[in-house]
Amino acid sequence: MTTLTLAKALNEGLRRSMEDDPKVLLMGEDVGKLGGVFRVTDGLQKDFGEDRVIDTPLAESGIIGTAIGLALRGYRPICEIQFDGFVFPAADQIITQLAKMPLRSLGTLKLPVVVRIPCGGGIGAVEHHSESPEVYFTHTAGLRVVACSNPADAYTMIQDAVRCDDPIIFFEPKRRYWDKAEVDLADPGLPLDRARVVRPGRDVTLVAYGPMVKTCLEAASAAEEDGRDIEVIDLRSLNPLDAEVLTESVTRTGRCVVVHEAPVFTGFGAEIAARVTERCFYHLEAPVLRVGGFSTPYPPSRLEEHYLPDLDRVLDAVDRSFAY
Amino acid sequence: MTAHAPRGADAPPELVQLLTPEGERVEHPDYDIELTAEEVRSLYRDLVLVRRIDLEAVALQRQGELGLWASLLGQEAAQVGSGRALTGADMAFPTYREHGVAWCRDVDPVNLLALFRGVNNGGWNPAEHNFHLYTIVIGSQTLHAVGYAMGVQRDGGESAAIVYFGDGATSQGDVNESFIWASVFNAPVVFFCQNNQWAISEPLEKQSKIPLYKRASGFGFPGIRVDGNDVFACLAVTRRALRNAREGQGPTLIEAFTYRMGAHTTSDDPTRYRLANELEAWKLKDPIERVKAYLFKNQLADQEFFEKVDAEADALGKDVRDRCLALPDPPPGAIFDHVYAGAHALLDEEREQYLTYLAGFER
Repeated sequence: MTTLTLAKALNEGLRRSMEDDPKVLLMGEDVGKLGGVFRVTDGLQKDFGEDRVIDTPLAESGIIGTAIGLALRGYRPICEIQFDGFVFPAADQIITQLAKMPLRSLGTLKLPVVVRIPCGGGIGAVEHHSESPEVYFTHTAGLRVVACSNPADAYTMIQDAVRCDDPIIFFEPKRRYWDKAEVDLADPGLPLDRARVVRPGRDVTLVAYGPMVKTCLEAASAAEEDGRDIEVIDLRSLNPLDAEVLTESVTRTGRCVVVHEAPVFTGFGAEIAARVTERCFYHLEAPVLRVGGFSTPYPPSRLEEHYLPDLDRVLDAVDRSFAY
Repeated sequence: MTAHAPRGADAPPELVQLLTPEGERVEHPDYDIELTAEEVRSLYRDLVLVRRIDLEAVALQRQGELGLWASLLGQEAAQVGSGRALTGADMAFPTYREHGVAWCRDVDPVNLLALFRGVNNGGWNPAEHNFHLYTIVIGSQTLHAVGYAMGVQRDGGESAAIVYFGDGATSQGDVNESFIWASVFNAPVVFFCQNNQWAISEPLEKQSKIPLYKRASGFGFPGIRVDGNDVFACLAVTRRALRNAREGQGPTLIEAFTYRMGAHTTSDDPTRYRLANELEAWKLKDPIERVKAYLFKNQLADQEFFEKVDAEADALGKDVRDRCLALPDPPPGAIFDHVYAGAHALLDEEREQYLTYLAGFER
């Protein structure tokens, strides 16, 4: 076992991927000498060279578009988008090209491109640096969308993503980059498309992914003092969604609360609520509740503590669930 | 320099021309080409057959057999000239109008028609022909070509990529980003812009205040304008640009100055935005007639040859038509195929549910 921050676990995972397959490339703004603004690619250009760790011009559409071309030539590019709010100039290449080209080719083309996006708020950043754009991509067929929440998953999930033949949007919880945990570098981890029960419980199921998993675990610990036994599910993969784990859990607990940073309205929680309701209708003691951001743009950082779900808002939703 | 690039035949711009509209061979200080009689006849045959495929497709659309067709009428020389400059290892990235380049890459024309018939979104294997899929979002493919060329660099390969786009596309961010990328990485790529004067209804002056080929200098690589209706010049200029790219001299922008003689697509009505006399002027610069005149004048082909090519074109048109009409509609389950390379639980579930639902009607 090794103690790693989430950022370092990603770094180790990327390193392992590059060692395993000479076709794996890293590309993005400042990923070379600087090692990325969050240092996730620290030291990789020094060890793998400028041809494999590519500092690109400052143009996100260009990053994804040229990554597609490199993939067509047999490479496996990993693109870094510097911040969530900067992915939108690349949205066209991701949605109209990356996601659809394999289908367009009737399966003759594969595009094993990983798009890494640091996401979410809580770091006191300026505008466009704290967003949660996951549903723009979960709504796009052809993409897989995953989110890691802890160092051990970060280490294996990034490697699994690189090995996958489909394009993947890989969300990294930026405020958890510096969280440390024990990582077993020999453990292959769960398959990429599987959810995990990170804390078993009997009374209510909390569903989260990325940065909110930790918040939900803290809420579950706090609730223990009140005698409530909360189960927490880390979805890990948003598309495809592991509906089996969800169904099994909510069938047992009868209550479900979904937590994410993105706005509640047409957020990913809406999909969870619908699926859980369809599959667990006769087991539900209360409607599926959602906790998330408001229907506003992400606020200035002095207000973000009100926008972001925290332990108290999660527990408030749990109370409301029990009130039915 | 004038503020507006001329569109008419009366104001010939500065460009590389090796064969005049009257079929006269002319010299150019920087470009020349040696072609055997057989090679010229072969180019002529390409031009005629490509035009025939195009006419057949327009007819099929008019008869309701295709949902849409984007005609290449008038752009045959730009496409055949550049297409025949490619070696087998070079990779071409088309828009949705490069039927002539597809022909040069041995893509079955019926595959092109299948896309416009709605049978699929592109039924050929790009790796088999080194001809990428048609790209409908304007300019997106320029970045793919540059990325591909960066891959060639990393492989130590000796091929180049060529990417096709139009005058309208030069306003797209992706095209400008691709210029930057190609320049700073010195990528082995040729940007082949067919300036056919019209982006649907918008004339060139809505896209640029300078001739398009001059844009290249701002990005740090050479740009050149060629008579896009002159198959000899297009072949010579593209061949040189590709060779430069393969030899590590980086990208070139070629502006093929041509004219979209038909509508933008079969859904378009150009009489709403351009004058008939413009088309009449360009008819005098037809890309096929000048090669025919050259072959005649120099006694490189006889009447029998031309009749043979026409007969071949008719047979090809019939064959394309017959096989287009015989294309089977895909089965409903095909909607779910090839969306992902690997297993996908959600899609598997939806496929099963929908096919079960459909099966309910058969009981």
